Amino acid sequence: MSLALENKTSTSQNLISLLNSTAEKNTIIGFEQIGEALQYIEASGIPTAKNEEYKYCNTDAILRKEFKQIGNKFSTPATLPSFDAAINVYMINGRFHSVAGAEKGIVISSLEEAAGSSANGALVKEHLAVHALPSSDAFTAINTAYCQNGVFIRIERNTAIQLPVFIHHITQAVETAFINPRTLIVAESGSNCTVVDFYHAAEGANYFSTHTSEIVVKENAHLNHLRIQAEKENAFSVHTIEAVQSADSTYDASTFIFGGNLVRNNHLVRLLGKNIESHLNGLIIGTKNRLIDNHTYIDHAMPNCNSNELYKGVAYDKATIVFNGKIMVRRDAQKTNAYQSSKNILMSDDATVNTKPQLEIYADDVKCSHGTSTGKVDEEALFYLKARGIGDTSARKLLLQAFAQELIDKVEIPALQENILNLFEASLN
Amino acid sequence: MITIKNLHASVEGKEILKGINLEIKAGEVHAIMGPNGSGKSTLSSVIAGRSDYEVTEGEVLFNGKNLLELAPEDRAREGVFLAFQYPVEIPGVSNINFLKTAINEIREYKGMPNIEAKDFLALVKEKQKLVELDGKLANRSVNEGFSGGEKKRNEIFQMAMLNPVFSILDETDSGLDIDALRIVANGVNKLRSKENAFLVITHYQRLLEYIVPDFVHVLYNGKIVKSGTKELALELEEKGYDDIKKQFELA
Repeated sequence: MSLALENKTSTSQNLISLLNSTAEKNTIIGFEQIGEALQYIEASGIPTAKNEEYKYCNTDAILRKEFKQIGNKFSTPATLPSFDAAINVYMINGRFHSVAGAEKGIVISSLEEAAGSSANGALVKEHLAVHALPSSDAFTAINTAYCQNGVFIRIERNTAIQLPVFIHHITQAVETAFINPRTLIVAESGSNCTVVDFYHAAEGANYFSTHTSEIVVKENAHLNHLRIQAEKENAFSVHTIEAVQSADSTYDASTFIFGGNLVRNNHLVRLLGKNIESHLNGLIIGTKNRLIDNHTYIDHAMPNCNSNELYKGVAYDKATIVFNGKIMVRRDAQKTNAYQSSKNILMSDDATVNTKPQLEIYADDVKCSHGTSTGKVDEEALFYLKARGIGDTSARKLLLQAFAQELIDKVEIPALQENILNLFEASLN
Repeated sequence: MITIKNLHASVEGKEILKGINLEIKAGEVHAIMGPNGSGKSTLSSVIAGRSDYEVTEGEVLFNGKNLLELAPEDRAREGVFLAFQYPVEIPGVSNINFLKTAINEIREYKGMPNIEAKDFLALVKEKQKLVELDGKLANRSVNEGFSGGEKKRNEIFQMAMLNPVFSILDETDSGLDIDALRIVANGVNKLRSKENAFLVITHYQRLLEYIVPDFVHVLYNGKIVKSGTKELALELEEKGYDDIKKQFELA
């Protein structure tokens, strides 16, 4: 069934009616939270450019233009990609599909299965839709109200998982689609694991994803979280990642964006204990008319924690790259070290970069810094390379590779690093 | 090999080179000396193809080809090499990857296949010795964190790797202590042959004690005002540039 948006009603009202008529009911999140979410959507609407948080990302206009109709019809991929020496998890068309591979100490299942199991039901109840609050953002609210069966990952106490967990997100829309994938990861105390969210390119109609992840990193746990965005121009997304950390834990996140039409990430990390390490890194290659908007929020609530953020962007053609990084240092968060850096290269006169660091500091004994730079490729370096016989294209490529290298180097899985390097090179026009 | 005829060049509308004439043959080493601001570095930049400089008159022929019509990378591929006065630091690009790319692009230009990995490594090993460059430096990012002397040695190392026919040494001696100067000069001397030529640009005579030129030219106010043999350099060292300045001061 396909319904058309009418211009009289608001974008959010239409979206809700479209979702109500094309999507199944959410069975994993409690009525109260769904009610709260629906109320929030009705009150807040879909963000326009007037909303400060969506100043450069007018989602209302995008939905009106590209998602007037939602058919929510999909096809299933004939073959599933997989990574060697990894546990492969499949989120097909926005919902949990299957897991291939296993290792002792890690539970991977659908959220529905986890919610109904005696071993994990309480954990789901304790965390799902608790950290990513329905009332924090319109798209988180939509996800809360309309998410279907997502993925649940639990890394058990004091276990180091050897195999990385690859979550393959594949969406093959036959008719314009609006999907609401959901992830809950609980890394129990003393555990160690790498989780990779890989958003694959797929042919088909336009689709909009509100993937919402809640990530709980307990005491002394270490979670390495990689996100690779390699979708095509039919992909529109507003993703929210809410990570909450307990004392002595490490959350190490790297986001690589090479594709997608609209890519908006709300990446939030809450440091709720002492001696926490948090790293948020990002490498963004924007081409064509793409809009890539990364909003990060690091919330230092407790003393003696370190956070480090490095986002690098390369904007080609008419692409727009936005970085908005907020660091909150609350009154109790003494001895905080918080660093943030955003570096960007403009490859064309029509490309745009908007960066905005925001520091809000209420503690007096902290070290915080932020830096941002946007410029063209270093002409001196370019001439130096050319003076050695290296042509313009290769020289620029070498310099961009050098620019990106420190972020690509952070990927500790060799095969994935190579994969990222290939995606990176392919994305450089 | 290279013929410079009545070369005029300006930067941001200001004329710096005001008619340079110079002919350098294979097997020769020419030195250009002159006070600060005389146009020495402009000459090297124009030959290498730096875009900030506008050639307003004259020509540069390199083995019969009009060099000024070529892109900087094609000049390098034809065999022109500039040892930079201020080598650029390029964090993230390894010296080795950089040189391999350069060699292969030059080979491609000449219709040759890519260099074999083992031949390349053997070449690196051989040429490193020439300038006593630590093997570790070759694996680091281009010039990043190198001392002044290491940067200049790296320039000569690159020169040795690329084996150009015409090399310009732009104040390669500046900022070098005597030991580094000797190493750099030894490197250059070992590379001298009947087939190649050098243009050594320097402010001081000191370098020319080690790299003995066939000809010395004095550049002043955008023109070559005096030419001679290596004795001219000694004369300049003794008397300084004041005589030249007085003699050729514009009225």
